[in-house]
Amino acid sequence: MSRIDTTFGNLKRQQRKALIPFITAGDPSQQLTVPLMHGLVAAGADVLELGVPFSDPMADGPVIQRASERALKHGMTLRGVLSMVAEFRKQDATTPVVLMGYGNPIEAMGWEVFAKRCEEVGVDGVLTVDFPPEESHEAFEHLQRHNIAPIFLLAPTTNEARIAQVAKLARGYVYYVSLKGVTGAGNLDLSAIEQKLPQLRKHIKLPIGVGFGIRDAATAKAVSRLCDGVVVGSRIVQEVEDSTEQNVVANVGKLVKELRLAIDQ
Amino acid sequence: MTYNYPDNSGHFGQFGGIYMAETLIPAVEELRQQYLRFRDDPEFQAEFAYELKHYVGRPSPIYHAKRLSESLGGAQIYLKREDLNHTGAHKINNAIGQALLARRMGKKRVIAETGAGMHGVATATVAARFGMECIVYMGAEDIQRQAPNVFRMKLLGAKVVPVESGSKTLKDACNEAIRDWVTNVESTFYIFGTAAGPHPYPMMVRDFQCVIGNEAKVQMPEMIGRQPDAVIACVGGGSNAIGMFYPYVEVPGVQLIGVEAGGHGIASGQHAAPLTANAKVGVLHGNKVYLMQDENGQIIETHSISAGLDYPGVGPEHCLLKDIGRAQYVAIDDDEALNAFDALCRFEGIIPALESSHALAHAMKIAPAMSKDKVLLVNLSGRGDKDMNTVAKLKGITL
Repeated sequence: MSRIDTTFGNLKRQQRKALIPFITAGDPSQQLTVPLMHGLVAAGADVLELGVPFSDPMADGPVIQRASERALKHGMTLRGVLSMVAEFRKQDATTPVVLMGYGNPIEAMGWEVFAKRCEEVGVDGVLTVDFPPEESHEAFEHLQRHNIAPIFLLAPTTNEARIAQVAKLARGYVYYVSLKGVTGAGNLDLSAIEQKLPQLRKHIKLPIGVGFGIRDAATAKAVSRLCDGVVVGSRIVQEVEDSTEQNVVANVGKLVKELRLAIDQ
Repeated sequence: MTYNYPDNSGHFGQFGGIYMAETLIPAVEELRQQYLRFRDDPEFQAEFAYELKHYVGRPSPIYHAKRLSESLGGAQIYLKREDLNHTGAHKINNAIGQALLARRMGKKRVIAETGAGMHGVATATVAARFGMECIVYMGAEDIQRQAPNVFRMKLLGAKVVPVESGSKTLKDACNEAIRDWVTNVESTFYIFGTAAGPHPYPMMVRDFQCVIGNEAKVQMPEMIGRQPDAVIACVGGGSNAIGMFYPYVEVPGVQLIGVEAGGHGIASGQHAAPLTANAKVGVLHGNKVYLMQDENGQIIETHSISAGLDYPGVGPEHCLLKDIGRAQYVAIDDDEALNAFDALCRFEGIIPALESSHALAHAMKIAPAMSKDKVLLVNLSGRGDKDMNTVAKLKGITL
């Protein structure tokens, strides 16, 4: 059984919701990414989404754009991100790690090499923002061969036929984008999420994580009531930006603990 | 050979596709359905033809650049005068087409990206013409080098949003327009300026721009009794080139030559010529194309004297035409383009856009070695009024 399935299975038995924080690999520095990952787990994260920086992050708002720019400036590469996961796995064999980013760095490496390397270092899932199911045949084939879960996004604009299509391909969990917009936008509409979820549940038997626009403990708590996991990205990346290299691990840990407490309440 | 691209899923061989975030997939699917519906609707086509004739001023003439040809002593150079269109470039053909579609789809807000500003001006123009709200994203660097066009857009009632991220040029303007679209997807029509992006844009923009080649195919026999030996067009994303090439794809004996921006030279790495420099295949802005990138798949910053060609990718159909050998792609560097710019001013009294000067420069390069009865048709895609500041600066003149 995969780490993602095991994690969500355990949470379900405990009647808890997953907390899924996102950080950009290489931000604020390459040395701090693995300590940050461990810090996130210690603070109560269940699944880690590790952003692979890309020069043209079209689906991201300014906060994650800046994080990507910082990471690239520090020489972060996809190869480097994979090495970080290997390093993380030396001390943590159980927390699922999902790589999230855009397709081109993977295209440049080649999906076959990438998928093989993901399995070797202990990556559990891959989410490529700009590769919808229609363009994911090759990716899907290689990821599946190496037991890596393809994580797909669903959006408020996704119709039922597409939901059913994604349900067939997705593994691990499905990431519902809670609003029309880029990451870090502020117009979260809880009732709209609530209305959409029955349509998603009808087809999707995997856990559903909800993200985009979750900015504090209160919204995290409210969203967690509706789904199986809460993804928090820009708020955490903002904390990274606002911190120094000395206090970033502590500050991010404190924030994630607050989110954890709110979700578990 | 029957040339029939893209396929139903929007692929030109291995190129093209719909590489977009999920939120936008239903929007591009809706656009595809609506476009296919109206493409075959005689009423839509009649309205498009009416606008092209009475608003844009089509057909654009073909002009024999006799003095320039004589000075080169070889092949005869003919110019397809897209610079004479309303707003001064070929961009208006596509902007009109997409605006008519936007109206039929009930969208009242249009957005666009722009590099040199010509597509921004064209979009601002049609938005004013049809009473739509218009927002244009433009790289901060391009705003500097194309100031007159920024003012034109504002006069036309558009809001011009400077984009400060990345290289602050066309690709970053595209990123920002896509971010707007994903946020306002239901109210907004994205008038995309070139024959690239997610399906159906490469096909749709090509179809709207094909009026260029379709006219030329009728005009050339009227003028010289036959088709030209080669048609030559500059290629950034490649919309003016595909508009000229596509009607000629299945015409034997007509060579298709796309001219990319060689910047400081291919060897320098500072250029915008993915096809000529044999860039690797990659994915950006919704399509799989030849793409300038580093070994880690990060998009690299491009350089060209011309803002409209300063883009790391190229439309998917050009990638295919290169692969199947139907079109040939070359690069012209900044200096060669500037020389051609000067030559056309002095020999013919026509001030070309710096983009179009690249196509002209290649014609001037190959003409001398050809016999005098050979004919090169250059798509003069735009006029150079917008480039006064850039050219003056390069010549060390303060306006």
